[in-house]
Amino acid sequence: MEIDPFIFRLSIFILSIFIGYYVVWSVTPSLHTPLMSVTNAISSVIIVGAIIAGLAGNSESIFNSSSIFGFLAISLAAINIFGGFLVTQRMLAMYKKKKKDK
Amino acid sequence: MISANLSAIFYLISGVLFILALRGLSSPETSRQGNFFGIMGMLIAITVTFLSIGNFSTGFIYVLIFLLIGGLIGALIAYKIPMTAMPELVAGFHSLVGLAAVFVAISAFLNPEAFNLGSNGNIKLGSLIEMSIGAAVGAITFSGSIIAFLKLQGIMSGSPITFKGQHLLNALILISIVVVICLLCLNQSSNLFWILLIVSFLIGFLLIIPIGGADMPVVISMLNSYSGWAAAGIGFTLENSALIITGALVGSSGAILSYIMCKGMNRSFFNVILGGFGATEQSSSSKNSEQRPVKSGNADDAAFLMKNASSVIIVPGYGMAVAQAQHALREMVDTLKKNDIKVSYAIHPVAGRMPGHMNVLLAEANVPYDEVFELEEINNDFANADVAFVIGANDVTNPVAKTDPQSPIYGMPILDVEKCKSVLFVKRSLSPGYAGIDNDLFYKENTLMLFADAKKMTEEITKNL
Repeated sequence: MEIDPFIFRLSIFILSIFIGYYVVWSVTPSLHTPLMSVTNAISSVIIVGAIIAGLAGNSESIFNSSSIFGFLAISLAAINIFGGFLVTQRMLAMYKKKKKDK
Repeated sequence: MISANLSAIFYLISGVLFILALRGLSSPETSRQGNFFGIMGMLIAITVTFLSIGNFSTGFIYVLIFLLIGGLIGALIAYKIPMTAMPELVAGFHSLVGLAAVFVAISAFLNPEAFNLGSNGNIKLGSLIEMSIGAAVGAITFSGSIIAFLKLQGIMSGSPITFKGQHLLNALILISIVVVICLLCLNQSSNLFWILLIVSFLIGFLLIIPIGGADMPVVISMLNSYSGWAAAGIGFTLENSALIITGALVGSSGAILSYIMCKGMNRSFFNVILGGFGATEQSSSSKNSEQRPVKSGNADDAAFLMKNASSVIIVPGYGMAVAQAQHALREMVDTLKKNDIKVSYAIHPVAGRMPGHMNVLLAEANVPYDEVFELEEINNDFANADVAFVIGANDVTNPVAKTDPQSPIYGMPILDVEKCKSVLFVKRSLSPGYAGIDNDLFYKENTLMLFADAKKMTEEITKNL
């Protein structure tokens, strides 16, 4: 009997939780705010689903009830992607080491 | 158009890049590279999605338009936002992830063919369950984050809103969500799907209103976690490994941050979520009606004390963020350093309104990060320091957390400010902090209270140094 592909996805999911657990514990506490903004940005990879939804309309009706929600989701996720990565960039650029005084 | 297998491999690559993005945050030196990995991962995921659909018709142009509109808004926000407003911004971003998850789920429910999930009214059972969970968690994230945003922004009062039977009502709603999902799986009625969304929005709202302002670090982390689980739920529906990996990463990241924040307050997660403080405070606040004498001073006194010190530890708190005093503070420290006084910063895990809030503000004011220390790293140094300069913090220094088992903050790790030779408190008034308890430190012999706005006082001190 073949294994349901769902089980493979579940395996990816569970293993990723463990990776997340160890990776996040190694994040230094002073970078917890950038951690939150960057996780925000990457969770917006949900835009992938939004793009599929947006392009699902046929050529006669680009906007149907389903694709409209897709288009809206594209904008929402895009706000997060651009906003999240840029604000993280801005924050990280501020973290500087003490200048070595000689 | 590229094959499904090839695109799956690219999604896996972008998932790995996201892991590296988080890994980079283990030190400030590697963090910028990490952020770059994150951006690459996102670029790959989006490009591959376009290629795998291969439909570059008019619809494609609209996708680009909506993408650019969102991107422009996001970029504008990212450049305009002041660092002190970071907690609100993150709460706002969480709500958007939640809403995007809801929209994708709606769209998949209305047009399952586009996602290979079966046909309308006959969606594959597994997909339907995944979709419903993703939509429900997304909706909870959305409405919960909106409340958190309103509270942080001060539009809504930060004090907890509680009413009788609240926990019972919440429990009933949560059960009803499960029931609705089960019914939905049985008859696939779209009405049930809308009901599920409405009920989930409602519970997100109800879950956050009883939680007070200073518990926001826990709430924000928790909502961060929820936004991840919502993304993972949708990832299962879309059979997309990038989304599943990211969802799991973000979900566990938020959960760990919530745990760290709860530990910083010595409270259990459920205690915070059920709105612990606020209801139990009456007894302790009635006690301190008696007036005890405090020594209050002015900028001149404070400057004198610090000038004669050889080491100073600064303890910033939410009050510093409110007064936007971080730049003035750094100028004061620069002057101190010119006089050969050793200065370091001590940060309590729950200082501010979100994890790492104080560190970002100090970094913004050009404070080098190797002068900023966490509680465990610096707590022993207070005994050897001459002056502790507490600016806008209160509860995190209260020795009652060690001495009085009756106190609501008993057991909370505190910064041992009391061990310093002298303590300076910059505070607007004698009012107790968020936990509603009096701080004995105010009345100690070696404490000098500086009643003023944090920014003005710091500037005054600098002038007098």
